[in-house]
Amino acid sequence: MNLRVELAAIDCLTLRLFDAIDEANVPWLLAAAERLRATFGTALVDLVPSYTTLMLHYDLAQLDDTQARALCQQALSGLTPALAERGREVSLPVWYHPSVGPDLEPLARQRGLAVDELIALHSGRAYSVFALGFAPGFGFMGLVDPRLASPRLATPRKAVAAGSVGIAERQTAIYPAVSPGGWNLVGRSPTRLFDPALEGFSLLRPGDRVRFVPIERDQFLRLGGDATPMEAQP
Amino acid sequence: MTALIVEKAGPQASVQDGGRSGVRHLGLTQGGALDWLAQHWANWMLGNDLNAAVVEITLGGLHLECQGEGWLALAGADLGATLDGQPLEVWRPFKVALGQRLRFASPRLGARAYLALPGGVQAPLLAGSCATVQREGVGGLDGQGSALRVGDRLAWIDEPAAVRAVPAARIPDLLSPARLELILGAQAGGFTGQSLFDAFNRPWTVDARSDRMGLRLTGEPLRYSGPGLISEGIPLGAVQVPPDGQPIILLNDRQTIGGYPRLGALSPLAVARLAQCLPGETVQLWPQVAYAAQQRHRQAAVKAG
Repeated sequence: MNLRVELAAIDCLTLRLFDAIDEANVPWLLAAAERLRATFGTALVDLVPSYTTLMLHYDLAQLDDTQARALCQQALSGLTPALAERGREVSLPVWYHPSVGPDLEPLARQRGLAVDELIALHSGRAYSVFALGFAPGFGFMGLVDPRLASPRLATPRKAVAAGSVGIAERQTAIYPAVSPGGWNLVGRSPTRLFDPALEGFSLLRPGDRVRFVPIERDQFLRLGGDATPMEAQP
Repeated sequence: MTALIVEKAGPQASVQDGGRSGVRHLGLTQGGALDWLAQHWANWMLGNDLNAAVVEITLGGLHLECQGEGWLALAGADLGATLDGQPLEVWRPFKVALGQRLRFASPRLGARAYLALPGGVQAPLLAGSCATVQREGVGGLDGQGSALRVGDRLAWIDEPAAVRAVPAARIPDLLSPARLELILGAQAGGFTGQSLFDAFNRPWTVDARSDRMGLRLTGEPLRYSGPGLISEGIPLGAVQVPPDGQPIILLNDRQTIGGYPRLGALSPLAVARLAQCLPGETVQLWPQVAYAAQQRHRQAAVKAG
């Protein structure tokens, strides 16, 4: 880790800890976020972790740029990664099926895989939540097996169903709500990812470890899933 | 209980407060009044908490009927507001009576007006805020991200803690052409020298493809030749430059992370000023250092109490 503190706005600093996407960054970023929250206290307006950075928004009424930078240095000196607590473990059931995952079969064909192999590869490892963004509760997760890596659709779909499980390059995610989207859709999860009634609003947090568990249609329906098919064409 | 009833909603009127904080790591955006300075003044006139919820009226068209009497306050754009046909002055509180009609026509100066009610607009809170974010389906009177609709009730229960007009010397200047202070960011060096010159020496036009997420400027395209970027948290006012070279100024309802190169970020004061610019208006970007911008910010801030 090599900390660089950059000015992002008159009340925001970008703390750049790494230069490349790597699952090994996650425990460092988690630990850094925890220390920054404790050090800044009420002067912290918001803290936005991403793959290699943390963006820190502080209260200009309480601190100036010099003080904020000094607090960052103080918070992050002697930082060690959060070893014991590598985020929470979350299991998400997924119904992998062409009717709700219109890119499942084309993607398997294109990568020279049987559909079952693709499903086994996608559900066969735990993923780190690098960051939440794009929409509330949308977790950018990775890294998927290189054999599944595939570019975003040339033309994004206008409406992707809530719960849709997508792959883009070496990342995977679930769309928490209906939205436009260009990821390759391979299935659907019945689990609600964002809900104002949920404790903490979002099921996923940066640093969580997520596993996808393949389920069948009847279980998907029992868990409250909406099986309305997705159109194959964007 | 006294209330305003929405008779006609207009193109975009929504409940906004100081926005959400502490939840951006969950992908929830900031939200809140785009012209936060006008919002603060609107609340100040009635002695409200400066971040209390107000009605943000974009471009006019909102018609309200008063059920009961009381003091309200208006700040920000002049949208040709009238009370029973009598023109209302902006930056002043005004008294309404039962059955009177408060109407916003169309922009005369600026784009967004802020209407404050005693004690603030009452609406369900999510993460401490009722800021309406339509894209996320949160905030607003229904808690589902809806803009104001016909039949909506904006109720208030409190007598105002104060009734006072904004001192003339403190009224923000919306008449002079907008000169927007921009603090260069860490990726500025990735833009070509010519683009850095053009950014600050050529005029930029506010594009009609603009909303509460972002406001697009059109002009001489800016060229970025630096390395590709990994998505990271983006601040309010970020000047993001997509491959077409036409900058997008990211506003309150922006996505929380993004990976386009950024020239830098507008100051919050510049964001407030930009929020009052109409499509087709010309603006100038003005390079500024953070220290000076922070000083100006503190001088312009409304003092509570």
